[in-house]
Amino acid sequence: MTTKLMGTPVQRVEDQRFLRGQGRYVDDVAVGKDVLHAAVLRSPHAHARIVDIDVDEVLDLEGVHAVWTYDDLTGPMGEPLPLLIPHPALTHGRTQYALARDEVNHVGEAIAFVVADDRYVAEDAVGRIKVSYDFLPPVVGIDNARAATHLVHDDVPGNVGARLEQNVGDAPAAIARAPHRLELDLTIERSACMPMEGRGTVARWDADTNRMQVWTSTQTSTGVRAAVAVKLGLDLGQVDVITPDVGGGFGVKINHPWPEELLVPMAARALGRTVKFIEDRREHFISSAHERGQVHHVTVGFDDDGRLHGLDVEFWHDHGAYTPYGLIVPIITSTQLLGPYKPQSYRVVFESLYTNTVMVTPYRGAGRPQGCYTMERTMDAIAAYLGKDRTEVRAVNFIQPDEFPYDQGLIFQDGRELEYDSGDYPASLEKLKELVGWDDFPAFKQAMAAQGRTVGIGLACYVEGTGVGPYEGAHVHIETSGKVKVATGLTTQGQGHATVFAQLVADELGVRFEDVEVVTGDTRRMPYAVGTFASRAAVMSGSAIHLAAKRAKEKVLKIAADALEADPSDLQIVDGVVSVKGSPGTAIDLGTVSVLSNPLRYAFDEASKAATQFSVGDPGKPPVPEDEEPGLEGKDFYSPERATFASGMHAVIVETDPLTAEIKILKYAVVHDCGHLINPMIVEGQIHGGVAQGVGGALYERMAYDESGQLLNASFMDFLMPYVTEVPESIDIDHLETPSPLNPLGIKGAGEAGVIPSAAVFASAIEDAEGLPIAAMPISPSELFELRQTRKDTP
Amino acid sequence: MTEELHDVRLSVNGVAHDARVPARRLLSDALRHDLGLTGTHVGCEHGVCGACTVLVDGRPMRSCLMFAVSAVDAEITTVEGLTEEDGSLGPVQQAFAECHGLQCGFCTPGFLTTITAGLRENPTPTHEECRDMIAGNLCRCTGYQNIVKAVERAAELVSTSSTTGGEA
Repeated sequence: MTTKLMGTPVQRVEDQRFLRGQGRYVDDVAVGKDVLHAAVLRSPHAHARIVDIDVDEVLDLEGVHAVWTYDDLTGPMGEPLPLLIPHPALTHGRTQYALARDEVNHVGEAIAFVVADDRYVAEDAVGRIKVSYDFLPPVVGIDNARAATHLVHDDVPGNVGARLEQNVGDAPAAIARAPHRLELDLTIERSACMPMEGRGTVARWDADTNRMQVWTSTQTSTGVRAAVAVKLGLDLGQVDVITPDVGGGFGVKINHPWPEELLVPMAARALGRTVKFIEDRREHFISSAHERGQVHHVTVGFDDDGRLHGLDVEFWHDHGAYTPYGLIVPIITSTQLLGPYKPQSYRVVFESLYTNTVMVTPYRGAGRPQGCYTMERTMDAIAAYLGKDRTEVRAVNFIQPDEFPYDQGLIFQDGRELEYDSGDYPASLEKLKELVGWDDFPAFKQAMAAQGRTVGIGLACYVEGTGVGPYEGAHVHIETSGKVKVATGLTTQGQGHATVFAQLVADELGVRFEDVEVVTGDTRRMPYAVGTFASRAAVMSGSAIHLAAKRAKEKVLKIAADALEADPSDLQIVDGVVSVKGSPGTAIDLGTVSVLSNPLRYAFDEASKAATQFSVGDPGKPPVPEDEEPGLEGKDFYSPERATFASGMHAVIVETDPLTAEIKILKYAVVHDCGHLINPMIVEGQIHGGVAQGVGGALYERMAYDESGQLLNASFMDFLMPYVTEVPESIDIDHLETPSPLNPLGIKGAGEAGVIPSAAVFASAIEDAEGLPIAAMPISPSELFELRQTRKDTP
Repeated sequence: MTEELHDVRLSVNGVAHDARVPARRLLSDALRHDLGLTGTHVGCEHGVCGACTVLVDGRPMRSCLMFAVSAVDAEITTVEGLTEEDGSLGPVQQAFAECHGLQCGFCTPGFLTTITAGLRENPTPTHEECRDMIAGNLCRCTGYQNIVKAVERAAELVSTSSTTGGEA
């Protein structure tokens, strides 16, 4: 009997090639002498008008093939890049040109594109381009953007790209009437996804077939395909986009098209050669995307139990120089801020502001970490004000298990109602308290204090809308070898999709796991797809693959029933063999069924020979009956009504050094609810990675811009990503499985969860340890040291 | 201006490769683009992330901080050279598969080479020594907990295979 693989920690199939050094990342495609390499001249200034670009000396350099500036771009290539997600509130959306037209708005903006024999020569050539600039005053930071003494874009008054307000009830009135009232100002700084592999694109124009083939390190191959077709004036059918192995994404690769994703295919067609662009690390810092920078002002009204009566949040979002990804990040903050709580009444308003810095697009968590930080800091402040345990204040505000589906009364990122499908927050909190030892902590704290040691505990709760639409699709093909080839259009950046999706297919079809091969992100195999973001791959493609496998199975059973002269309901499929239940001798291999599904029966293989003993089909009808197709395939799409809401709670115990203010993690606990788990090993890996990124964002990582808009820490020497020495030694994880009623597998997304509560949970624990209010994250040891000094200096 | 080219013979994973490279050609680029050994990955090109780590005469070195012309007299081992002759995974590779020590796989080759050298130097590391062994390599996916487990598991596999007489 085939064992069910859903829910088991199956080892990853993709690891076999990764571990042997046989992965195929974008820079591994087209290796050798025939490929040309591109380099980009980027603005060294944050804000300037381009007066003149002199490229005269570039082509004199041996090995240089071509150079482009804005003036060389024709047709749609000369228009601004698309604004991917417009919103009525985004009244002043602006996007960049593939190459700057007459103004640069951040250090790193692309100005010229050079193609040469190798990257070294291409960079030499970039160094020969002379640009003269008229300097403009740069706008850096949220305070300067709000003050609007200077403007980023002349035609955007106040530097305000968008203002959006949502109301549920009358929060200001409820707060005014509430027994207690608090106000908080909370800030959080910029960080970035920082995948170990940066962006990169390879393109090859095939003049013989009139087709463009593009490999790009992206989170959406279908999106890039459409963009390349439109911008280069090609038919969609002429463009193939293949996503090779991707060395991490975390959000930054969902934005598209990047200038180079268009310039590389443009150059490949113009030169008739394969062209490659591979971003280096400095370029990634100054020309990709950042996220997280926001300032929040909270007013909250509550009663003696800590129950919210009204919550009023204003915040300011720094979206950098351009808005290609619309308002997704601040909309998510404004809606997901509520987490597992019922605010009774809620008003939220944000302004999305321009600055002369790298643009902002979603980074793992996508606005949720800021929302969670704001809400959880508020919960902690209420508990401190009332002298109550922090878990009690949270518990009285939880949505209860019998209240699902629960409508928060807001419009979510996907334009649909923010309606939670399922969850059990009180159960999660109980598990978390148990896991971290919440009730025993006061005794521990006292014992540590007796040794002269300072410790603190913190917790944070979140709800995460995952698996947003609109759809994903899947194609399942059973070959005459009996092997199953599966394609889904979204891409993979390390999540182990080839493994988890194969688990689902093996279960549904009754085939051996090792006989299933999954391809993702290749528009030749599945041209309709959305992309990998918003913790949606398992929910969306997982469900689509499950449904497609079901369809393939229906066809298998129909043909096999005909061949075996049995009723389909009497058949079973085990290890790739269809047999009559209770009569194992009456059986047929899936490969043979595949042969029978196609009337063109050239006997190429054993399965074809085996098929000759069976007879299927009605001789009185056409070989392929009406409403049927040759081949043993199943195809389906999954399109849910709305997102499914995962949730979780983290707790951390930290120790702070009395002298150096170093912050050490003693214990980290996670309770996680993403519905049914497909592969618990992979889910836990996602949590580990998310927590590590969260530690970085809470304690170390920031984008250090100076007042002139220079990013001072644009290298791994200076931007402090956690090494093993900075992360928790171990993470205690407990799962709760509240299935989603919205999809056939009862699953919810898990990819982003680990990073969402980090700023909140560390702020809570450090505040508990130090007895100092923490209102700005990240917090480094030197900043904690400064805070201590300020307290000492305050009489 | 024509760049002067140098004929170099690089000995990689026991195989000699001839290439003509300019003096400034990084070893990482020569391995990847001239020799086609793309298992070695480049994550930062300033020697911090460790993804490009290869063994030079058995010692872990950042191949993005070395010129190809300076590696001519050395025996270089890349991730491709960690696989057993019969095609099966070497002990460190096997441990990573068992412990889910990788996700996107981009930093992995640098960890594998670093740990291979580390276990040769110290075949029976303590938990703390396992953490120290990888403390110079960046990974953005895994959070490192499973990589530390993989170091411990690799040490077990190495010691088992050496007691049973297999190649370590």
